[in-house]
Amino acid sequence: MAYIPHTERDRQAMLAAIGVSSLDELFQAVPAEVRFPDLDLPEALSEMEVMVELQALAEANVDTQHYACFLGAGAYNHFIPSVVDHILRRNEFYTAYTPYQPEISQGTLQAIFEYQSLICNLTGMDVSNASHYDGATALAEAATLALAHHREKRRTLLVSAAVHPEYRQVLRTYMQGMDVTIHGDESCCTGPDDLVRRLNDQTAMVAVQYPDFFGHIVDFAALAEATHAAGALLCVVVNPLALGMLKPPSAFQADVVVGEGQSLGIPLSFGGPYLGLFTTKNEYVRKMAGRLVGETVDSRGQRGYVLTLTPREQHIRRDKATSNICTNQGLMALASAVYLSVMGRQGLRKVAELCYHKAHYASQAIERLPRYKLWNKGPFFHEFVVACPKPPAEINEVLLEHEILGGYDLTGDYPELPNHMLLAVTEMNSKEEIDDLVSALEEASHD
Amino acid sequence: MEFPKDLKYTKNDEWVRVEGKQGTAGITDYAQDQLSDIVFVEVVVGVGDSVAQGAACATVESVKAASEVYLPVAGKILAVNEDLPNTPELVNKEPYGGAWMVRFEIANPKELDGLMDAGAYAAYCQERSH
Repeated sequence: MAYIPHTERDRQAMLAAIGVSSLDELFQAVPAEVRFPDLDLPEALSEMEVMVELQALAEANVDTQHYACFLGAGAYNHFIPSVVDHILRRNEFYTAYTPYQPEISQGTLQAIFEYQSLICNLTGMDVSNASHYDGATALAEAATLALAHHREKRRTLLVSAAVHPEYRQVLRTYMQGMDVTIHGDESCCTGPDDLVRRLNDQTAMVAVQYPDFFGHIVDFAALAEATHAAGALLCVVVNPLALGMLKPPSAFQADVVVGEGQSLGIPLSFGGPYLGLFTTKNEYVRKMAGRLVGETVDSRGQRGYVLTLTPREQHIRRDKATSNICTNQGLMALASAVYLSVMGRQGLRKVAELCYHKAHYASQAIERLPRYKLWNKGPFFHEFVVACPKPPAEINEVLLEHEILGGYDLTGDYPELPNHMLLAVTEMNSKEEIDDLVSALEEASHD
Repeated sequence: MEFPKDLKYTKNDEWVRVEGKQGTAGITDYAQDQLSDIVFVEVVVGVGDSVAQGAACATVESVKAASEVYLPVAGKILAVNEDLPNTPELVNKEPYGGAWMVRFEIANPKELDGLMDAGAYAAYCQERSH
């Protein structure tokens, strides 16, 4: 399909309508010297030469095809079956947007409906929207839902410091100027009990992460109970891949479950586009932002798909809407739907278990190194924190020489964790890679 | 279109029924007709809240528009209609009966004097339909 709909005849008709004879005449108002300025560009290259030049530039990057990757912190290196890309690149699907005339695109709506169903299944929640930009913006939308639910009467958000630091930044950006207080994340090392103590009648929402930013798997049942007793909503930020083996947040009565969907069949791609998961309970569906696709029957009784409740935000509620964010990550949602359906329940569980076991193999081996110490206490998923003998930046330099991408330096986000590194292990890391990491860490610890 | 004689009316198309010190409020037949099919009602005040005259007490959403419902006179909320969120169509069917939205203790009976009676309200609706 061509995206420039105007024909030469259309152009002539438009020019005639405004009374100019040519495009040149139309642009006479633009000063001649800036109309077609000389640009300081090198000579044009042939396609072959361009390919060589771009290839050389691309090869200056370090990438996960050639390096062992132990960097996670919210974006994870997983295997993506090639069928994901094959379906994604079909031209029937190849647009990033929810269609503006949605019901004419039944295939797109059905794909979104399948995505929503899969995400509900994974999280155990009643309803999923068509997605948001990424995990961070999904968390911010959870906060607008909670504030709207309390009709702006409760103005405090309690956020665990073990929620991804960038998500908390985005949340604060969204809440600027809204007279909302965000606290609870002053220190890295406080647990759910600390959040419970800080609940009061001003708390609109409590946000925690599962597994948390440091990899910990925490049972939030008691926090959920206390949160509800205080009249607040509980939002749980998840890594959906971990839900392949963990009990879903619905099991401890989460009200809103959001998360980053990148781990479900979406490549790292230098940070995006990613996928914001957003799910909630039926009772909050009318406060939910974004698009929602529903299944119905047409006048002939045949199955069809429609945008449900969504005209509310832009067309009906307008300024009264909880949020006017309607953009979703249609293509990325499709990728995760294809990934989940290809993996199946057992496949996803297997990937999650591989991540878990390999991460534990790695952590135990690193724990045996004399100058490193495992910081995590209690169960963790595929990420863990290691106290290092010197700054992680220096250690990562040594690892790079061994073609290893090291962990995330926590010092910047958590000054109380100096020289601590967050390492992620996925099914992509072979035993050899993990053993190489351990010996490179050993080498890096010497002066 | 119905304009029950025992009610008082506002310019925003709310009605109030006064029984002693208590008031009951909802939206009028004219309002539901203008909005067309009501698909959602949310009462946004709770029992015990003191609500000022003209402050929002409910949101009504139809397939065409969302509108706020304002309390006709100031009062302290005694009851809210719990059935409406599940049966929003009541607003279309029984705007003056089953679709009452809030019951409240009237704070200042003098405010009632500023409202229209059935005749004046009927004329007000007539005027707008031209």
